[in-house]
Amino acid sequence: MEQNPLQRPTPVIFEHSREGRRGTKIPKTDVPARPLDELLPKSALRKAQPALPEVPEHEVVRHFTAISLKNHHVDKAFYPLGSCTMKYNPKVNELTARLPGLGDLHPFQPTSGVQGAFRLMWELGEMLREIAGMDAITLQPAAGAQGEFVGALLIRAYHTAQGNPRKKIIIPDSAHGTNPATVVMAGYEAVMLESNAEGRMDPTALEAALDDEVAGVMLTNPNTLGKFESEIETIAGLVHEAGGLLYMDGANLNALMGITRPGDLGYDIVHINLHKTFSSPHGGGGPGAGPVAVKSHLAPYLPIPILQRDEVGGYSLDWERPDSIGKVHGFWGNFGVLVRAYTYIRMLGPDGVLDTARTALLNNAYMSARLEGTYQLPYGRGMHESVFSGAFLKEHGIRTLDVAKRLLDFGVHAPTVYFPLIVAEAIMAEPTETETVEELDRFCDAMLQIAVEAKNDPEFVKNAPYTTPVRRLDEARANRQPDVRYKGGHG
Amino acid sequence: MSNVPEDLLYSEEHEFVRKIEDDIIEIGITDYAQGELGDIVFVSLPKVGEEFDQGQMFGTIEAVKAVSELFCPASGEVVEVNGSIEADPAMVNNDPYGEGWMVRFKLGAPDELDTLLNAEAYGQHIGE
Repeated sequence: MEQNPLQRPTPVIFEHSREGRRGTKIPKTDVPARPLDELLPKSALRKAQPALPEVPEHEVVRHFTAISLKNHHVDKAFYPLGSCTMKYNPKVNELTARLPGLGDLHPFQPTSGVQGAFRLMWELGEMLREIAGMDAITLQPAAGAQGEFVGALLIRAYHTAQGNPRKKIIIPDSAHGTNPATVVMAGYEAVMLESNAEGRMDPTALEAALDDEVAGVMLTNPNTLGKFESEIETIAGLVHEAGGLLYMDGANLNALMGITRPGDLGYDIVHINLHKTFSSPHGGGGPGAGPVAVKSHLAPYLPIPILQRDEVGGYSLDWERPDSIGKVHGFWGNFGVLVRAYTYIRMLGPDGVLDTARTALLNNAYMSARLEGTYQLPYGRGMHESVFSGAFLKEHGIRTLDVAKRLLDFGVHAPTVYFPLIVAEAIMAEPTETETVEELDRFCDAMLQIAVEAKNDPEFVKNAPYTTPVRRLDEARANRQPDVRYKGGHG
Repeated sequence: MSNVPEDLLYSEEHEFVRKIEDDIIEIGITDYAQGELGDIVFVSLPKVGEEFDQGQMFGTIEAVKAVSELFCPASGEVVEVNGSIEADPAMVNNDPYGEGWMVRFKLGAPDELDTLLNAEAYGQHIGE
């Protein structure tokens, strides 16, 4: 049988290298050449030449194209990675981000020359504020986790100004691991609160945990199980009564936008993951953005500088904010990401924002309804994502990991597995608004087929995947002996 | 079906306790725990001389799919650490009650052992 072409090994770029091969001809220098050790301190000089591959341009292009074909991405197929919100990133975002007037700006340009960029940032801030129901915003944080960190520092600054920074922040046991990490980074103790049987925060348990050393409560909404915190108004009342602040991890804002607003629910602070809710790309080496929006009582503490607009529509940066927690990012944030999020919101418009959230909820309801007779939902259906359990397959010797691996043979990315930790053998699937009903059916058919295979031929499922560029990897060895450096020859 | 030896004590957090002398206990994780965790890739253990209270976290264990905390089944002082599992964490998967043991404690309050589960109770706890 002919080998699947995707399973042919791809040599590393160094193996293409041949001494003296060049892609471009570099012109002769037109300034006098001086020895490097005259120009640079000795500590900055290499002892040996770097082992760079010598390859012509087309070899580089073919090499990376070949690798990209082996990769999975949202431009290629369905990517139901729960919690991550792998929605499609519209190509128009890339077009606007590359407009010369935006893409070629230099951060050292005088503010008079970048008024258009400032206007875009201002308008994005206003749109995000409106969606969040908040009074003030910073676009600086470089990612959701940094947004969280800024939020925790705002909590500290607020309480310090009241005379006591307080000691603890309460987090539910379903929360993303970044929440407790953030809290500790900001000098607080993370107090874990057990979720109730519905997977929600229990106001009675919260009340018992609140005291005058609790600085705040971090509560994702809908939470990490995809459940709306239906007691949120009671929770907000309790937290505020105890003198604390209520922080919303906005990781799942894509389920709420246009429907309800964190500010209206009683939250004081929310961070917004532009790469989740507002379609800027995930990772890939590119930067992210995690704007933080707050109620007016926290505005004085926001990072500097704050963008301001005068009566005639001129924009400037306000650095004179004595209570600010300081600067959290070089220049004004990751501007290219902001352009993409701005474009996304403007292309959708207010009705489109609402439709997008509703479609994400509808897609998940459809997917959950098709799967719930087979896969368990220990906490019930979620809003925009659902956390299934694969524990029922244990009797056949099949684990969630095996289901995830077998799914790859159907050309879809596996859902998030083994998270959140409170669901045994968790399978966390998030379809997003992107997918059509036909695509959702293909995914559900595959999931149901795998459940049948697990019963009838568990060995077959255990040995999956069969069609991917590499078969099942030895993940334990990869973790125990992480050795990813190429040590072979050079050319 | 997990192995739950009759001669050991267990915590609800899936640590086992073996009494090796009157006031010295050996602690590790149960066969059920290693099976649930899957392939263990990293174990972080305390140092000899450190003291812990019952229920306090004394180390972490990292599997391919998640990181978990290790909790003290009884208070005491660390007298010996199994350094070889830090070098070869797979020993915890292969032999959790034998070569995969983690730490030995000099008991601070021997009565605390009465709060632990016997094999039958632990078997019920894990639903097997």
